[in-house]
Amino acid sequence: MTREGLAEQGKHMNLRVKIKKNLGDFVLDVAFETGEGVLGLLGASGCGKSMTLKCIAGIEKPDEGRIVLNDRVLFDSGAGINVPPQKRGVGYLFQDYALFPNMTVTRNIMCGARDREKTAEYIRRFDLVGKEKLYPAQLSGGQKQRVALARMLAAEPEVILLDEPFTALDNFLKARMERELMSMLDEFKGPVVFVSHDRNESYRLTDTIAVMENGRIVDISEKHELFRAPKTLAATLLTGCKNVTRLERLENGGYLAKDWGIRLKAPKCGTDMIAYQYAGFRAHYLVPETGQRSLDDMTGGQSEEAVENFLTCDILREVEDTFSIVIQFYQKGLEERTEYSLLTYETEKEEWMKLKKQCEGREIRLRIPEDAVIWMES
Amino acid sequence: MDWYPLWNSLRIAGISCVIVFFTGIFFAYYAAKLPRAVKGILDVVLTLPMVLPPTVCGYCLLLLFGRKRPLGVFLLRFGIKFVMTWYGGILAAAVVAFPLMYRTARGAFESFDENLSHAGKTLGLSNTYIFWKIRMPACKQGILAGTVLAFARALGEYGATSMLIGYTPGKTATISTTVYQLWRTNDESGAFTWVLVNLAISTVVLLAVNMLESRQKNSSGRR
Repeated sequence: MTREGLAEQGKHMNLRVKIKKNLGDFVLDVAFETGEGVLGLLGASGCGKSMTLKCIAGIEKPDEGRIVLNDRVLFDSGAGINVPPQKRGVGYLFQDYALFPNMTVTRNIMCGARDREKTAEYIRRFDLVGKEKLYPAQLSGGQKQRVALARMLAAEPEVILLDEPFTALDNFLKARMERELMSMLDEFKGPVVFVSHDRNESYRLTDTIAVMENGRIVDISEKHELFRAPKTLAATLLTGCKNVTRLERLENGGYLAKDWGIRLKAPKCGTDMIAYQYAGFRAHYLVPETGQRSLDDMTGGQSEEAVENFLTCDILREVEDTFSIVIQFYQKGLEERTEYSLLTYETEKEEWMKLKKQCEGREIRLRIPEDAVIWMES
Repeated sequence: MDWYPLWNSLRIAGISCVIVFFTGIFFAYYAAKLPRAVKGILDVVLTLPMVLPPTVCGYCLLLLFGRKRPLGVFLLRFGIKFVMTWYGGILAAAVVAFPLMYRTARGAFESFDENLSHAGKTLGLSNTYIFWKIRMPACKQGILAGTVLAFARALGEYGATSMLIGYTPGKTATISTTVYQLWRTNDESGAFTWVLVNLAISTVVLLAVNMLESRQKNSSGRR
């Protein structure tokens, strides 16, 4: 069936994966389904995300499981099916592009296109005219990426797998190549799986993100949802949240943030039944409390301890970044410090200077807005 | 002067080099895919002829292919006799030269970027195509160097050759066995001529190796 034919029957455009593979240190055990659009696999290096791609492509063989692409079974351990990579219709973009060094641009693309006319068409479409006779070693990074994309797309894959294509690049080049890649993938009708350890990159390039840890998918959500409210500690840390704590349920329905040494107001929505294990907040969501009111006013005369979601800074150090400043601090008076006790507040430099001036002579107090708290069940 | 030893040496070295080229690459390619334990054992067995004294190799070959040994008797039925024949020299030279080809080719294959092969597969290229058009060209320098070394080793083979095929002028005489014979029979000037011939060939071979190596450096530098 041609790609156009498949595109018309949109419901068939999907990739279903459910595989297990023993990797020595841990067992890769992933299951997901994705249709048209970009699915990101986000995880630290060595978590099994690249191995997952290799299993889909047929380069590695899972111990057991099933891989189905557009209703075509590629792998089924039960039925003894293992379609060779040559016949899977999977486009794979490697980290270093894996261009054949002994072949010219034209011959590289020919390997995918198999046809002179089609090769010429892809050379035009990917803006490689004039570079036909060059070897990969003579190309710039951007040109290499275009050749690799042209070669891959000329083979008319039904799914595209991107294996950390930008890891080796500097930031400036990265932004440009990302744009190029995405504009070229816009025309592709089919599932795309994008592997990365970079949360920003994943956020920019994907629609849905699956967070992987030690061979398992610990969270899979639409990307905005994932960054707003990750469900697990691993996902929260991987999405770049620097402040997390263990929780202890209190009798009044609130929580004690054990590592921070403060109390947190329980989430509003009717989730009384859920016992949350961890909480966190992002470093730039803290709100400085600069009012001249006294503590007693705010708490209605209650003792300081009862104030929920408030932090009093015992500053460890201030780290200046390019445009912002990062303040690392402990909750004042915290007795038992753990690895999660050090908190991070990130703000603009001028804001911080202003705040310090205002609070001269007394402690700096910060508030964690209720809707900024991330609640995690595991 | 009788040029037979030169011609005989060249054909023995040439043919054994072709044999070693294919068998060396074959074993190098499959050894790289084996589990580590098996690979280690196979590696020792395949490299042994390089470190054993050639006379020991020759002795082992006689044990296998001798006229009264089962394998020798079996082959004789097809009219194949490795003892005291010129083509027995091919066997002796091939066994001794094999490890050089095997090890150099294996080194080249191990430094090959497997992602190139993976990329080829996902593009639908056949394994045969990937091997000959992608893997071999990428490992070209290493494999060429191995071939030249194997050829040089085969050409200079003395110990195993003299044990297996002896020295019969006009039949099994090679350059190296001729040098020994002439020196033994006090033909100093004859021996010296063949020494010069040998020197000339070896120099050319080594120059070729050096040229290959410097070209390899240049091409890797460009990357």
